[in-house]
Amino acid sequence: MTMQPDPTAPPIQLLDLHKSFGELEVLRGIDFKVEVGEVVCLIGPSGSGKSTLLRCVNKLEEPTAGRILIEGIDITDPETDVDAVRTRIGMVFQQFNLFPHLSVLRNLRIAQRKVLGRDTEEATRIASEMLTRVGLIDKMDEHPARLSGGQQQRVAIARALCMNPDMMLFDEPTSALDPELIGEVLDVMRELADDGMTMVVVTHEMAFAQQVADRVIFMDGGVIVEDGPPSQVLVNPIHERTKKFLRAIEVE
Amino acid sequence: MKRTTRQKLIRYAMYGVLVLVVAAFSFVADWDKIATSFFNVEIARDMFPEVLTTAARNTIVYTFLAFVLGLILALILALMKLSSIRLYRWLAIAYIELFRGLPALVTIIFVAFALPIAFDGFNVPGGILGQGSLGLGIVAGAYMAETIRAGILAVPKGQMEAARSLGMSWGTAMTYIILPQAFRIIIPPLTNELVLLIKDTSLFFVLGTTVASKELTKFGRDLMTAKFNGTPLTVVALVYLAITLPLTYLVSRLEKKTAAAR
Ligand SMILES: Nc1ncnc2c1ncn2[C@@H]1O[C@H](COP(=O)(O)OP(=O)(O)OP(=O)(O)O)[C@@H](O)[C@H]1O
Ligand SMILES: [Mg+2]
Repeated sequence: MTMQPDPTAPPIQLLDLHKSFGELEVLRGIDFKVEVGEVVCLIGPSGSGKSTLLRCVNKLEEPTAGRILIEGIDITDPETDVDAVRTRIGMVFQQFNLFPHLSVLRNLRIAQRKVLGRDTEEATRIASEMLTRVGLIDKMDEHPARLSGGQQQRVAIARALCMNPDMMLFDEPTSALDPELIGEVLDVMRELADDGMTMVVVTHEMAFAQQVADRVIFMDGGVIVEDGPPSQVLVNPIHERTKKFLRAIEVE
Repeated sequence: MKRTTRQKLIRYAMYGVLVLVVAAFSFVADWDKIATSFFNVEIARDMFPEVLTTAARNTIVYTFLAFVLGLILALILALMKLSSIRLYRWLAIAYIELFRGLPALVTIIFVAFALPIAFDGFNVPGGILGQGSLGLGIVAGAYMAETIRAGILAVPKGQMEAARSLGMSWGTAMTYIILPQAFRIIIPPLTNELVLLIKDTSLFFVLGTTVASKELTKFGRDLMTAKFNGTPLTVVALVYLAITLPLTYLVSRLEKKTAAAR
């Protein structure tokens, strides 16, 4: 079934989402909405379900119960063409996950060619445009293994952008990077946010969340504990668990 | 006595025994007899060029066909075994266990002789070429299926996730992202399979080969009986080695390369 996305609907809406791995209930009723152009940072202790939540949004994980609406389309409906919806959701992983057997250019072209059906010329043009945007046009013919971690992650962002997504998901995009390489990736993300991209970012970079996020969500134990502007959640949290978490990471 | 000294002494003793055995053997052996019955230059020269143009060529053609067929079957079986559909997994397991559990010879005889009996008038097209390659390909598929499956599993999970998150279907992701990486990983074990197949084509002797379709072993054996001399077998052995040794060398090179790349 091909359903057209509704531009007036929120890009992401989760309704009472539950996810269990066997006995372990990881998400315990998540209600969550992201508006167009909004940048939401997701924080919380390890194992609180941040990655699982993000991976449910593009159905890399199958939710146990609840509904997921992407631009008004219910992707938990078995009739929905999830592959088509996924082209509109860019995803960036902690481990980059570039395709190691393909050059940078081919990494950026392959899904454009095989999924969107663009011809080589157009795919190359868009790939060049995105590589320029992340400042790596000169690495076009390199293989991913020859790039630094920061460069690889920027290529991964460019690869996602080539599909012209309406929103981007980031799962700890800088956690696998050496400290001196984190900045270049955050700069690219900051520019994306300034250009009005809808973004959900799981991160431990509190300064980034403070500057870039419209909203910060604190998760713990599979539920959303606190949801508000960074000036509230990161500076004057209401909930005791949020305060405790912020104190704990300050000590680190 | 120190450990290292003792180990050295043991090693010298072993060398000593080896030298004695070789010496005893060469003393007892009848060198003239060995030379005439295994290294008869006259007989060896008579085998050329047929040993290469017919026998070696047939061996290579049979091997190639069986390998290609085996590879296609193996790919299907590996994907079935990785499928989330239980029926596919069971069918693949049944196939793999069946044909790995049987001697290859039995499968070849079955395809060549039992199938025509069971299905009246049905004959595998292509005669010996078709029958033998089909039988051997069926067996090879069972072995290579496990190799391919291991290769697919060796590709990090994130690769499939990244591909799917770009909107690729499972099939597209498999074809363009996972399998190219998996095959790179399994080139050495697949080449080993190829070497085993080259040797297994010698089983085709049961198919009662005609002059034109003899592979190396049959060719050598028939000549051996005709001339009552072992030289044809020596020549055939050398031709086998000329084919397999470069391949095994290639495998060890590739294995070193992949090990270094990690
Ligand atoms: N595929 C899986 N199978 C079983 N358990 C899983 C699976 N994926 C995640 N979990 C478990 O679910 C819980 C939540 O995991 P998740 O990765 O969502 O946490 P997280 O908040 O992203 O943590 P981190 O900050 O460490 O990345 C953890 O206890 C984890 O062990
Ligand atoms: Mg995580």
